[in-house]
Amino acid sequence: MVLADAITIVLLGVGLFFLFVGSIGLLRLPDFYTRLHATGKCDTLGAGLTILGLIVHHFFYYPGTILITVKLLFLILFIFVANPTATHAIMRVAYKTGVMPWKLGEERK
Amino acid sequence: MFLATGLLITIAVTLSLYRVVVGPGVLNRTAAVNVIGTKTIVLLVVMGYYFERPYFFDIALLYAMINLIGTLVFAKYLERGELWS
Repeated sequence: MVLADAITIVLLGVGLFFLFVGSIGLLRLPDFYTRLHATGKCDTLGAGLTILGLIVHHFFYYPGTILITVKLLFLILFIFVANPTATHAIMRVAYKTGVMPWKLGEERK
Repeated sequence: MFLATGLLITIAVTLSLYRVVVGPGVLNRTAAVNVIGTKTIVLLVVMGYYFERPYFFDIALLYAMINLIGTLVFAKYLERGELWS
């Protein structure tokens, strides 16, 4: 059980790190496109790693209920498909409505 | 362990909320709402383990679908100016 707890804590910590990197990127970066570049990848990876840690916890502590593990795996799969799709849709709208990318020397938008 | 994870995710959501309130334009706000939705899914799963109620995972699946549909509908509305065309 100590090994399972260690794996769970490491995966939760790495996932939380990526979630925080996504939030700070959303706050700090100078442009709409760069903000989506930060959040679109970091959020997907952070959510996937965090739920993977919870799957490891569930697999070792409640071995009788495999159905919930499968449910969480489907949740990871859905996030990995859906989140880049939403990011692509918003970025395509921004490109079509004429949002110009930030260049070096301009002020932050 | 799960309570600390939930509280840290709440802090990350609060940080992202700045971009919803201040962020210039509709597109920044929509992107920030999408980010908050993804963090809310993780928060729902973690709280399901903290309160020991596995029904929260169904709610998390439902919330993931609603988050995707909401973002896509808003993107389509911003691109075309109308929904039914």
